[in-house]
Amino acid sequence: MIQFDRVTKRYPERGEALREVSFTLANGDMAFLTGHSGAGKSTLLRLIGLFERPTRGQVLINGVNINTLPINKIPLYRRYVGMVFQDHRLLPERSVFDNVALPLIAAGLTRREIEKRVRAALDQVGLLQLECAAPITLSCGEQQRVGIARAVVARPPIILADEPTGNLDPELSREIFALFERFHGVGVTLLIATHNLDIIHTLPYRTLRLQQGVLADD
Amino acid sequence: MATITTRHTARSLKQRLYAWLTCHVNAASDSVQQLWVTPFATALTIAAIAIALALPTALHVFTINLKELGGHWEGAAAISLFLLPHIDEQQADKLANELRQRTDVAHVEIISRQAGLAEFRSYSGLGAALDQLTENPLPVVLALYPTSYISDLTELEQLSASVAQLPGIDFVRLDTEWIQRLQAVIKLLQQGLWLLSAALAIGVLLVIGNTIRLEVENRRNEIEVMDLVGATASFIRRPFLYSGAWYGLFGGSGAWVLVNFMAWQLQTPVDRIARLYHSHFQLLGLDWIATCILMIGAIALGIAGSWLVVAQRLNQLQPSR
Repeated sequence: MIQFDRVTKRYPERGEALREVSFTLANGDMAFLTGHSGAGKSTLLRLIGLFERPTRGQVLINGVNINTLPINKIPLYRRYVGMVFQDHRLLPERSVFDNVALPLIAAGLTRREIEKRVRAALDQVGLLQLECAAPITLSCGEQQRVGIARAVVARPPIILADEPTGNLDPELSREIFALFERFHGVGVTLLIATHNLDIIHTLPYRTLRLQQGVLADD
Repeated sequence: MATITTRHTARSLKQRLYAWLTCHVNAASDSVQQLWVTPFATALTIAAIAIALALPTALHVFTINLKELGGHWEGAAAISLFLLPHIDEQQADKLANELRQRTDVAHVEIISRQAGLAEFRSYSGLGAALDQLTENPLPVVLALYPTSYISDLTELEQLSASVAQLPGIDFVRLDTEWIQRLQAVIKLLQQGLWLLSAALAIGVLLVIGNTIRLEVENRRNEIEVMDLVGATASFIRRPFLYSGAWYGLFGGSGAWVLVNFMAWQLQTPVDRIARLYHSHFQLLGLDWIATCILMIGAIALGIAGSWLVVAQRLNQLQPSR
């Protein structure tokens, strides 16, 4: 469960990015986060990912105020939350397999377990045959699917996606959303920041709309 | 709290140990491969570390050799016994024989009044003035050479104090000034060694720190990605610490080779000098304790240097307020 309780985030250089934002996303829910550029979508996701801490208010994950987590607990928390980015954030010098394996290597799994899980994740995103390829040789859509495989490989209960279809054409975008729906189907909680209103209007999920840092529509 | 920050994979101790070991082996081999990516830069860094470490190590070898030399006086430290003026040569001979019975005396040489005067005449340059003297004012002198097992200054002083008690002896001169000077020089060198070691250790720390800083900068993207997929700080730090340790190990080995090469180069001239002085002096190289200290110190400096740099980078990754 993701719960925002009157969260305000202020940056010293550009003022308030979020103002008094409150909402609750139940476990297993899937929701979209929309709004113009600079409306605070990325900030909201970064607060959940614990890359930032709120200026005021509380972010509760499964009832725990994550801002009270000590620094040495943050890595364990990050394994609980899978993240997908618009620019994929893959490591270009490593193969697709190695990129997807990173969260499992970080978690200290055995080689056999890593191989099993990475192949399962690549299979889910339909890239099993490309495990040895270098990320730059892949298309944009394929790279994004590698990014998604990396986010889900450790089977986190929460997945956050920041403009995952920002660089993709409508057809590829639809494929990516279909992928997210499959994870939703197995009980993962998803929060997806997106501009892609055309597609999300055709999908039956909740939409949170941010406007200049304020939650305008739910 | 427990649910969102506990490991989700229940694993046996054996599996955890295996994973931990794999992690270390991977970090160690990855970091050594990383050194090979830029062989020229790596070689330069290692050479700089080796030279910085070789300086204090060479000074250490120099000091232990000087110390060894100080212990090798081999009769050079004679005790001069000046007899009372009325003691003549027969009495002196008797006294010398008594002294020769002692176990701590190797041999005794009698320097007669005439011999003393002749020696004085030739060394002092007062030939004409000495001719004016009506009688020889010099006493008989016994030159006493201690046995070689007396290698310590205090033992030598004890011997000279005990012979000074004997009847017929006016005063005793122990020629230890040069030993004392040598020991003062060694002390100075040892203190200098500490200062030099400290300064160059900081130098090595900075060289390794700067090299690792560049590596951290090059792998910035990787560090950020590892951070966001939930790698712990120690996991991110590990390959860099191994890099630092490798630099230390290779630099330390380089210093060891350099110092031993220098000692080997000096062996022949030192042997020649020792032969001229009829000494059995042998040049000492790096002993294994010093080698261990050099290696462990070098590796520790490498790890410390990279720790400082990586810690700074990891601090920047902490969630901002």
